Amino acid sequence: MSDACQNIKTIAKRELNGYFASPVAYVFIVIWLLLNGFFTFSLGGFFEIGQASLAMPFFRWHPWLYLFLVPAVGMRLWSEERRMHTLELLLTMPITSWQAIIGKFLASWLFLIIALVLTFPVVLTVCYLGSPDMGEIISGYVGSALLAGGYLAVTSMTSAVTRNQVISFILSIVICFFLLLSGFEPVTELLPNSLVGIVTSLSSLTHFIAFQKGVLDSRDVIYFASLIGFALFMNGVIIRNLRAG
Amino acid sequence: MIKVENLEKHFGTKKAVAGVTFSVERGEILGFLGPNGAGKSTTMRMITGFIPPTAGRITVGGHDISEQPIEAKKLIGYLPENAPSYADMTVYGFLSFCAELRGLHKDARKKAVNRAVEMCFLEPVVHQSVDTLSKGYRHRTCLAQSILHDPDVLVLDEPTDGLDPNQKHEARQLIRRMGEKKVIIFSTHILEEVEAVCSRAIIIDRGKIVANGTPAELKQRSELAGAVSVRVIGVPADVVKSRLSSVPGARKAAIVREDGGAVLARAYPAEGSTNGNLARGVAEASVQAGWKFEELHTEEGRLDEVFRSITWSETGKREERQ
Repeated sequence: MSDACQNIKTIAKRELNGYFASPVAYVFIVIWLLLNGFFTFSLGGFFEIGQASLAMPFFRWHPWLYLFLVPAVGMRLWSEERRMHTLELLLTMPITSWQAIIGKFLASWLFLIIALVLTFPVVLTVCYLGSPDMGEIISGYVGSALLAGGYLAVTSMTSAVTRNQVISFILSIVICFFLLLSGFEPVTELLPNSLVGIVTSLSSLTHFIAFQKGVLDSRDVIYFASLIGFALFMNGVIIRNLRAG
Repeated sequence: MIKVENLEKHFGTKKAVAGVTFSVERGEILGFLGPNGAGKSTTMRMITGFIPPTAGRITVGGHDISEQPIEAKKLIGYLPENAPSYADMTVYGFLSFCAELRGLHKDARKKAVNRAVEMCFLEPVVHQSVDTLSKGYRHRTCLAQSILHDPDVLVLDEPTDGLDPNQKHEARQLIRRMGEKKVIIFSTHILEEVEAVCSRAIIIDRGKIVANGTPAELKQRSELAGAVSVRVIGVPADVVKSRLSSVPGARKAAIVREDGGAVLARAYPAEGSTNGNLARGVAEASVQAGWKFEELHTEEGRLDEVFRSITWSETGKREERQ
């Protein structure tokens, strides 16, 4: 067991260093922070709504920002290994493919969480201006991190499908977009009443909105945990089939 | 050490490997030969546990690669085809990463990396990132990765591909030195390499083993093996030819080349004639006829000829049909 943890740690460390070794990581973080600032203060009407809350001006945009940014972070996870033939090297090491999948996933997730934590000035701002409900903010951050993890797991899966990063990027956007739309009101209004319950319960948006409102419900945590679990499981299946030829 | 039994691999309806059986023991250096697409790389990928076999069994050091992959992989060092490595890492970083996955930490890791760097002559580039390296260095970086944990088994897919003649020489020396205590399986297209390095060679064609033996044994299968070449001055070619074909123990004779006044002719041994007999016969015949000969030697046989006759006969037939 300790061997497994050690291997996961080694792989995660390499992957995370890989992000910061190239300028891409910094470019990503800057874009992410700029977009967050723009959406929060301009479109989100942070000042206009006159409430010391981050739910509507800040967290509301995360599902849409992640839709593009998370696939950009995760698209190379496996496609690059396939393209450079390092997959053969990695999987002939004395490790299991699960350890590699989890290690890579955790590294990218950690990177996204670092980017998320760097939005802390917005929390300072709202604390300075008023006295916000800290529980709501923490719940929003937890939900945002889980949402990023869910999208990332989907991206990790799609990146195993192809050697081409662009294809993996587009595939994961499509899948994440469906997960999002199935809980988006303008879309769910079009559905017959009998289906609405099932479709919205599968949506990442529905479950994220609960966190955004400050409701930490175990069902929502379980939803994201199973989304991550399922996508990574499929990731493993795809890699197994790849090796079997 | 390595046992491969009835190994098969199908890709769709195509049989890339169709029933391969062999075993290798410690101290052997096994050369894997065969035309492109013969199934060499596929076989190596199965031995190293990258792809699962469709049928058959592989054990490495007593561990079945399908049932105990981790234990088996621990014993193996592997240089994949085209020597892949992570382009964004430095040589040292890459080797440290691989060493950690091999279960080497802290001081042991440092020691292993330094040893591999030294053995593969990587000192000048150790802190450069892999994508700035020349092909030869990149190749050796991946080779260094395979020997980090001093494995009992080394599987090298075209270890000298893309190296210059000096580097090839170094790589061969390295393989020969390590082969004394380990099991080494390596594939190559270069036949002289097999003669220089291998203690045994296996020729694979279209997924099947078509020859298995020491380089000397394989050369014996050459038509040339045991033939006696003689270079005579000032005698007409047809006279030489007819005289040589009547030497006892000769099956036939042929003229290889005529230049100036010299004739290079060759007598081929009849079946069952022992080595040396024919050479003596040819020498006596030449002396009796009063020829002046400059050179007389017994051919060893050539591996490339054997290779062609075994693997190209099939290709030739295929081409004729089309």
